[in-house]
Amino acid sequence: MTISGGSSEAATLPAGPSKARGVVSLILRLLTALAIPIVAFGLLWATFDFLRDADANRFMVVGVAIVVGVCGVFFLYWAMNRVVDFLPERYREGVRPYVFVGPALVILGVFLVYPVINTLLISLKDAQGEGFVGLDNFKFVFTDESMLRAIRNTLGWTLVVPVVAVSIGLAFATLVDRLRRGEAVAKSLIFMPMAISFAGAAITWRLIYDFRPEGFGSNIGLANGIWMGLGHQPVAWLQQDPWNNLLLMVIMVWMQTGFAMVVLSAAIKAIPEEITEAARIDGASEFQVFRRILVPSIAPTIAVVATYMVINALKVFDIVFVMGSAETNKTEVIAERMIDWFFISNNDGRGAAIAVVLFVAIIPIMLWNMKRFREQELVR
Amino acid sequence: MSAPTIPAPEITKAPSRLAPSSQEPPGYRRGGWFVRIVIVIIVLLWLIPTLGVLFTSFRPENLVDTTGWWTALAHPFRAAEWTLENYRLALDRGGLGNAFLNSLAVTIPSTVIPITIAAFAAYAFSWMEFKGRYVLFVVVVGLMVVPIQMTLIPLLRLFANGATIGRLIVFPDLDLNGSFLGIWLAHAGFGLPLAIYLLRSYIGSLPSSIIESAKIDGADHFTIFWRLVVPLSVPALAAFAIFQFLWVWNDLLVAYVFLGGTRQTMVLPIALAGLVGERGETWHLLTAAAFISMILPLIVFFSLQKYFVRGLTAGSVKG
Repeated sequence: MTISGGSSEAATLPAGPSKARGVVSLILRLLTALAIPIVAFGLLWATFDFLRDADANRFMVVGVAIVVGVCGVFFLYWAMNRVVDFLPERYREGVRPYVFVGPALVILGVFLVYPVINTLLISLKDAQGEGFVGLDNFKFVFTDESMLRAIRNTLGWTLVVPVVAVSIGLAFATLVDRLRRGEAVAKSLIFMPMAISFAGAAITWRLIYDFRPEGFGSNIGLANGIWMGLGHQPVAWLQQDPWNNLLLMVIMVWMQTGFAMVVLSAAIKAIPEEITEAARIDGASEFQVFRRILVPSIAPTIAVVATYMVINALKVFDIVFVMGSAETNKTEVIAERMIDWFFISNNDGRGAAIAVVLFVAIIPIMLWNMKRFREQELVR
Repeated sequence: MSAPTIPAPEITKAPSRLAPSSQEPPGYRRGGWFVRIVIVIIVLLWLIPTLGVLFTSFRPENLVDTTGWWTALAHPFRAAEWTLENYRLALDRGGLGNAFLNSLAVTIPSTVIPITIAAFAAYAFSWMEFKGRYVLFVVVVGLMVVPIQMTLIPLLRLFANGATIGRLIVFPDLDLNGSFLGIWLAHAGFGLPLAIYLLRSYIGSLPSSIIESAKIDGADHFTIFWRLVVPLSVPALAAFAIFQFLWVWNDLLVAYVFLGGTRQTMVLPIALAGLVGERGETWHLLTAAAFISMILPLIVFFSLQKYFVRGLTAGSVKG
């Protein structure tokens, strides 16, 4: 085991020498920050031969995993804090902050900073991620027919989903505000799909769009049930390019409208009633109140909700993936292509290039969203 | 500041049955029939997909295959229309029972680990003095823009091969792919920026007088953190915990990449996707499986709605 060295390293810390103070304390800090995750790894790793054992009782494995995962992390902080207590007094409080933030920084470094840099590099390399190929992968992203379709479709997602979900959410939030009772129940039911996984939602809607050609059994999907009830022939909904894209977007709208509705509803309730009342007394119609007072007052919230949905739509993956046959049905999206090239076609370079394109598209929206979020927070 | 979120929406607010209508200002118009009908229509539209799954999952295979689920509503009390067999099959033969356990083993530590780490870091960023405090915090928050897709390829390689600079082993080959530890740490990494950001703004807004007086009483940082700050931060911790729990429970992408689709280690979303792939049209099994995967999130959702909403609205800035 390569890591066991980490724990002995930690144990020698208290006996730290005392010559050049600045250097020593720096070294001590670095060691402490490094030691925690290393010891964590060591301990957790030791239990993992057991967890990997294919014949072990599943309940046992899961139980041990949960206990180790939950208690292990706290125990490590506690242990490292004890170690710091044994340090010579003048180092103690200088080292302690790094015990507190060190693990977070190490994990972020390994899981976010390093991969981002590495992905940028791999995107310039070939399928195995070895030789440099310049910008070939990016040329592929912007010329390949399937990739261009994926970009077109993703743009469609980022337009349609936020607009429809926010519109329905806003309308529902406005209307439900006028109910005397049942408001909470109605909101919960609209919001419920948000708790379901994309995979579960995709299955839910596959059942609705289900199609069987003649001779392969009866059509049990709700969409065809209604369509045939109206006297038409059954339709293979998910193969109707380009409309099948809209049918997939419906799923995301179904899942996210509740979120828009809940947040917007809270914003609507925060509008002082005197303002709307004054307008009504002056003879404004309900629609005028909605358009001239309500919408302008909650515009910042609408913006935050809409950007959140744009980001989600940009990254949509699960729905298209679980629905399957994206390429034959022409429903590809960027995030789904990335997994396809990386996993199924084993082309690291192209997968990385697609990821970079996604990253670059997200950055400005995300920064803007964070700015708005901060502003909102400061206002309160 | 109660919680570092967009105005905390209260959808659990009890309908004010007691409020007499005379208290409403003159001219205030409550919804008429039109409003109610529109609301009922929208709610029904939103419910029908879930109801379809629910009903189908309780119907016997031969009926599921030949008639639409809505036909069962014509005679809801005929015993032959309903069965529990699908659930038995899904849990057993579909591997959903095992997947459920795996989901628990992945989700619980993946929720607790980032919260613990983030809470310690947030405390340090708020109440401890050290060099680079501000710069480090800005970098951490800035990492929120990184989409998960951007990290997958290097992480998989790192997990599989380790990393070296020259001959120096920087990151040992731990063979983490397909192990719980790998996916815990991955989820922790992806959840940390948001968690640190939210917890810092909460923990940082606690009154400094409390912290100072505890210090004067001789408490060290660890004690202050554990005995004072953590109990005071329960609302923020709970909000993030629920958000992270549901996020991890419902996650397909990270699990697919780090745990893979083997029967031994697969989690619920993977199992669902697998069932779609291998037996495309076995709706009696698929719907039961889908419902099994929804049970826990729905329980969490309905019992902890307030926190859930708070966590989600906070999550709207997650990358």
